[in-house]
Amino acid sequence: MDAEAAKLLGAGLAAIGAGVAAVGVGNVFGSFLESALRNPSAADGQQGRLFIGFAAAELLGLLAFVVAMILIFVA
Amino acid sequence: MATEEGKIDPMYQFEVQTILEGFSLGGQQIAFTNSAVWMLVAVAGLWIFMLGGMKRELVPGRWQMIVETFTGFIDNMMEANIGPAGRKYAPYVFSLFMFILFSNIFGLLPVGVLGLHPFTVTSHLTVTGVLAIMSFSIVLIVGFAKHKLHFFSLFIPHGTPLPMIPFIFIVELLSFLVRPFSLALRLFVAMTAGHILLKVLAGFVINSTNAGAGYGVLVGIPSFALMIGISALELLVAVVQAYVFALLTSLYINDAENLH
Repeated sequence: MDAEAAKLLGAGLAAIGAGVAAVGVGNVFGSFLESALRNPSAADGQQGRLFIGFAAAELLGLLAFVVAMILIFVA
Repeated sequence: MATEEGKIDPMYQFEVQTILEGFSLGGQQIAFTNSAVWMLVAVAGLWIFMLGGMKRELVPGRWQMIVETFTGFIDNMMEANIGPAGRKYAPYVFSLFMFILFSNIFGLLPVGVLGLHPFTVTSHLTVTGVLAIMSFSIVLIVGFAKHKLHFFSLFIPHGTPLPMIPFIFIVELLSFLVRPFSLALRLFVAMTAGHILLKVLAGFVINSTNAGAGYGVLVGIPSFALMIGISALELLVAVVQAYVFALLTSLYINDAENLH
């Protein structure tokens, strides 16, 4: 396979990571909302933890984006 | 990726351009760039914003209410995450939060209509890296000044079984050392990704409209509608990323201040 084509294919495959991270972020907010509706009075106190979970899940998706960018522009 | 004829390069917006040739320092050119301009714009905007809210009126007006909402928000965050000792870090975290917020939002301003090209300062790893290193060094300095070598107990959680201590130590040390990278990378990539997406969609609008009215209606208009939605999402991301940066900084300072 042509090296350039392989790079672009790899970058495309890295986009799967972004999709999986979307599942993760949705899971974080979905679970939060589910439990927040069960106990709304406790929800506000957990907002910090919500965003920590969001940040952790999101970072891994962004890493997939970095891999794609490195494949296209650097490698 | 070279710019080909008739192709819109979505990476062009991140190019740092020299505005004023500066001086050279150790073989490196120190110049006044568009990045520096937009940092100054963010600082100036922040200054005006704060100046309008620091009149200390007994009955706060609208402007003072906005400023006090922000300061109160950061103050609460420090209080909740670090405890009473956290209030002395509030000025640093507040400056960090507001600077990131302002540069994120100023980078999204549609001043391109007027011929000015907004430059998102936080879309460069060097800038976010320096911010992350500042936060990380505060953690190290506070940790070692306050707990001396006892700070290393941060890497061994309470109740770790004796044979597990070397492994846990290495894992915790690694996760500690990765922090500045993840902090810098998150902000940089989140801003870069959003701006590339917007420019790619803008390229769709321009190219499809140039290809003919039919393509313009079929591709250009849906792309433009999507751009409006993505712009709203980008505003949300700009705020959330500034918040996450400040939140994680406060959590890391909490580790240094209170161990665990």
